[in-house]
Amino acid sequence: MQESILVYRHLFYFKIAVGLVAAAAVAYALHNPLGQPNGGTWLGYTLGGIAGGLMIWLAWFGVRKRKYGVGKLPLEDWLSAHVYLGLAVLAISTLHAGFQVGVNIHTVLYVLTIIVIVSGLIGVYFYVRFPRLLSENRRGMSMEIMFGQIAELDREMRQIAMELDDATNAAVLDATQNTVIGGSLIRQLRGRDPDCPTTAARMFVERSETRGHDARRRQLITRIMRKEELVRRLRLDIQLRAWLRVWLFVHVPCSIAALVALAVHIVTVFYYW
Amino acid sequence: MVRGIGLGEACKIAIVGSGPGGLSAASHAAKMGVEHVLLERTDHLSDTIYKYQRGKYVMATPDILPLRSDVSFTAGKREAILDKWDQQCRDLNLNVKFKADVKSIKKDNGTFSIALTSGQTFHAENVVLAIGLQGNLNKLACPGADHPTVQYQLDDPDLYEGETIVVIGAGDAAIENAVALAKQNTVIIVNRRDEFARAKQGNLALILNAIEKGDVQCYYNSSPARIEDGALALDTAEGEAIIQCHRIIARLGASAPRKFVESCGISFPNNDPSALPEVSSTYESNVPGLYVIGALGGYPLIKQAMNQGYEVVEYIMGNRIAPADQPLLQRKFQGLGNADVDAVIAEVRRIIPVFAGLNPLQLRETLLDSDVHVLAPGETVFNRNDYTNTFFTILRGEVGIQLNPNDSSIMVKLPPGAFFGEMGLISGRRRTATVVATKDCVLLETPRRTMLKLIQSVDSVRRTLDQTAIGRQVQTHLAPGVPLEALKDLVENAEIVRFKPGETIFRQGDQGDDMHLIRSGSCTVSMRVAGRDIVMSYVPSGNYIGEMALLSDAPRSATVKAAHATETIRIKGDTFKELLDNQPKLKASVEAKFRERIMQNEQMQRRPEAGNIIQFLIDQGVGEGTDVLLIDESLCVHCDNCEKACAETHGGISRLNREAGPTFATIHVPTSCRHCEHPHCMADCPPNAIHRAQDGEVYIDDSCIGCGNCERNCPYGVIQLAAAPDVKFNLFNWLLFGTGPGPGEEMKYAKAHHDGQTPSDKQKRAVKCDMCKDISGGASCVRACPTGAAIRVSPEEFMSVALLSK
Ligand SMILES: Cc1cc2nc3c(=O)[nH]c(=O)nc-3n(C[C@H](O)[C@H](O)[C@H](O)COP(=O)(O)OP(=O)(O)OC[C@H]3O[C@@H](n4cnc5c(N)ncnc54)[C@H](O)[C@@H]3O)c2cc1C
Ligand code: SF4
Ligand code: SF4
Ligand code: SF4
Repeated sequence: MQESILVYRHLFYFKIAVGLVAAAAVAYALHNPLGQPNGGTWLGYTLGGIAGGLMIWLAWFGVRKRKYGVGKLPLEDWLSAHVYLGLAVLAISTLHAGFQVGVNIHTVLYVLTIIVIVSGLIGVYFYVRFPRLLSENRRGMSMEIMFGQIAELDREMRQIAMELDDATNAAVLDATQNTVIGGSLIRQLRGRDPDCPTTAARMFVERSETRGHDARRRQLITRIMRKEELVRRLRLDIQLRAWLRVWLFVHVPCSIAALVALAVHIVTVFYYW
Repeated sequence: MVRGIGLGEACKIAIVGSGPGGLSAASHAAKMGVEHVLLERTDHLSDTIYKYQRGKYVMATPDILPLRSDVSFTAGKREAILDKWDQQCRDLNLNVKFKADVKSIKKDNGTFSIALTSGQTFHAENVVLAIGLQGNLNKLACPGADHPTVQYQLDDPDLYEGETIVVIGAGDAAIENAVALAKQNTVIIVNRRDEFARAKQGNLALILNAIEKGDVQCYYNSSPARIEDGALALDTAEGEAIIQCHRIIARLGASAPRKFVESCGISFPNNDPSALPEVSSTYESNVPGLYVIGALGGYPLIKQAMNQGYEVVEYIMGNRIAPADQPLLQRKFQGLGNADVDAVIAEVRRIIPVFAGLNPLQLRETLLDSDVHVLAPGETVFNRNDYTNTFFTILRGEVGIQLNPNDSSIMVKLPPGAFFGEMGLISGRRRTATVVATKDCVLLETPRRTMLKLIQSVDSVRRTLDQTAIGRQVQTHLAPGVPLEALKDLVENAEIVRFKPGETIFRQGDQGDDMHLIRSGSCTVSMRVAGRDIVMSYVPSGNYIGEMALLSDAPRSATVKAAHATETIRIKGDTFKELLDNQPKLKASVEAKFRERIMQNEQMQRRPEAGNIIQFLIDQGVGEGTDVLLIDESLCVHCDNCEKACAETHGGISRLNREAGPTFATIHVPTSCRHCEHPHCMADCPPNAIHRAQDGEVYIDDSCIGCGNCERNCPYGVIQLAAAPDVKFNLFNWLLFGTGPGPGEEMKYAKAHHDGQTPSDKQKRAVKCDMCKDISGGASCVRACPTGAAIRVSPEEFMSVALLSK
């Protein structure tokens, strides 16, 4: 139906980024500085200026995103540009540094920049990949409906288990009361519960010898399995949505750190000139 | 001194109903010393207002209308107003009879006998009917219907706790009650049918969900057999079931007061449910001495009802005072030079034939609702493709209609008395031509709601409108460039047909000897392929259907159904063929369309998914929208930035709910206004606060009184009643821009910025999506979507084959 940010406006922002990087690369190749290439040449300053300017502009995205109802371009333009120009920063700052690394504030900035950009790339992957997974997993059902179905299954399971032995009853009760969907962030991100009481209950019922009540037991198992499937889908839903958010916890703080490092970098460069 | 009137004696005026209208009439009678009696069904005054939600802020709309009454009324809390009225009622010594439910009014020998359900009878020379529009609550038909455990309404669900409650009914009220009660009680709902067909979508989801979760238990296909102490016996498909319960709440709707009013001898112009009783300019009905005022007479606001109460007593006493709204009209007519109100009204009646059939009261009301425009030659009235839906009549001067978009010099001139703009009114779609003043002229612009009311209650208006409209619609949509004279035969033989949602217009394989021009609503075309109906296309109004069978002399090749309420102009096949024979150019274009449609059908047969999407969207009511928010789920990252954007740009309340709403394939229809062609929400807004702007935005203005009618009338659950939320502390804004309250200063800030009102007594008003009409750049929700998943589309474009088969 709609186009994704990657191919947005026929790759308009991709082309800009490629142009920028290509120009920088050509200049770098033609440039013949005294000694080793580094940030202290005129080209170094130019590239550094461009990279620094871009970084500030990229960080502005966080503010622009929250400025609603203003500006000419839709946010999709901004995001598409943010992604491609963000990648360009990586190339340009590498050229700016002349491929030098050391143990100093300049390298700290460079490393932070790489972390920001890599986390951004991961974010892009999530943004492009997960929505489709989410919608396939939901198959048009809302979470509420799924929770509703689970509640109904729980009720039926408890009812059936009442007619069975105590151990089964206890396992089913545990499954209906203690199955956690969601929970702490770590749990959400994991998307699975290795000791899920529902799975445990299914295994218990499957394992237990079938003395009488065969039909009942089968009914119980099908219900537990239906619930397991719903629980799995809900967990996957929550997991995908958690990942869609959590990468920002790296991306945003590191961006801010990178901005601070950028300031220090600039000050030290000019101070120790 | 007012004498109390005993039974048997005839008083001067009996007033039925103690709402604002009846109360004001009785108090004026008391003030004038006229013998009167005020009969009220309940045990308190003004039941409609009594039943407003507790603490509701009652508004005194329209502000410019002066109040003329012996009881006071200013905007304020429901409780304050009712207390004041009780007080004044005592001070004025009103002769009120409570629990006096009038069941019949008969006139013989010049006096009226007014019989109550209690068996008492009152006599009076004149009767004022001020019973409002609530009607009578329907009661159960089984034995025990009046048992003390049975109640027919529910004011506050939170008052009940720990009970077993049976709710009977399947409408919105029953569902809302059942779900609300289920929070603290065991609730069982009884539905006569096997589904909740009458409920609107939001409520349907609510109840099905509650049943699914086990919060509410449901008996389908069941009806109450009898009620005994503490138990309800049900007839179910499986036999009788006895339910032990503490309380039974039956929500069976109300029957409109029309039957009762007719039984008093008052006539209505036609059978349309929204038709109003016929009354004179003194509010007198066709039964001499029997008067109708207030909401029952079509005046849905408190102040209007109160003014009429005062006036009707004056009229009965023989004083022809000018109505309270005279100064309003005076102001309206100011621009006309000699602004004598009565002279202008007489001129309107003389010059404008559509309005000639209105009674004086209707004409006055219509003029009050209308705007008077004085235009100089060359000024534009409206432009082609504007979305406005008001109706214009020419009082003086002349206008030109530019039918040809490419050549503005080709104009059809309309003289005084003519009307235009009816096409937008009927179709709910964009204006089809630009209209400019060609001489100095005076135009009346009448709002859509007022016109609909007239069309429904004055037959002559409907007839005059339809006659002209058919010709213009045929000319615009079917035969552009063909002069009206050449269409005469076709138009005279055409007729207007109405279809309900889902109704079949014609079926594949039928013999077809006529065709239809859709003038309002829209249709789906489907074909049977391999035993399955596949939707081929969506046809909006302004298009014709059924020409294929005519041109090819074959049976119908497809089935056409109304997607929602639809009106078509049915054109006789032979008149159409004759027209084509005489108009070779038209013939060529119709045949081109014919070929295009065949090709389209070919394409669609290969892509049944596209047809499924159309069917899904139609089922969601998207077809009747003009601008619908859709979310492409394959792109949506669930960041809710759309909702945040809406809230930030609309006083803190988001008008869309992204998560809610159905999904099909990857298309999600969130809960958000669709800006319907014929907005249901507009239907009975007392202050007429809902409008449609130039680009189609349906929006609510500041005159909203918060009555909630629109919230109930919108089938898509997109309107909420809300008070502006308190301003929240925002670290970012406070630190960087110094705007908004600082930490912990919320109350102070709110006080300083909201005219000294504390947030809690802010008025609740209806809020809905206004399509960001006041924000340059368009829909904020769409613009704030980082991945382009949120789009606003016109259904017509979106469901066009070209797009779907991409
Ligand atoms: C929720 C809500 C909010 C509203 N808010 C506002 C607002 O803020 N401002 C505003 O101007 N308007 C508001 N309105 C509209 C306003 O309530 C009505 O316009 C007004 O009440 C009409 O007055 P009335 O006198 O014609 O009839 P009603 O007020 O309906 O009074 C009719 C009375 O007649 C009695 N009655 C009926 N049948 C019989 C019978 N057979 N025998 C004896 N008595 C009978 C009834 O019990 C009732 O007391 C609101 C309406 C609603 C529903
Ligand atoms: S609010 Fe009005 S225009 Fe919007 S969807 Fe509801 S009925 Fe239609
Ligand atoms: S906008 Fe809605 S709530 Fe407000 S007055 Fe009109 S119908 Fe009532
Ligand atoms: S168009 Fe504007 S008002 Fe409507 S939902 Fe979107 S942001 Fe809200």
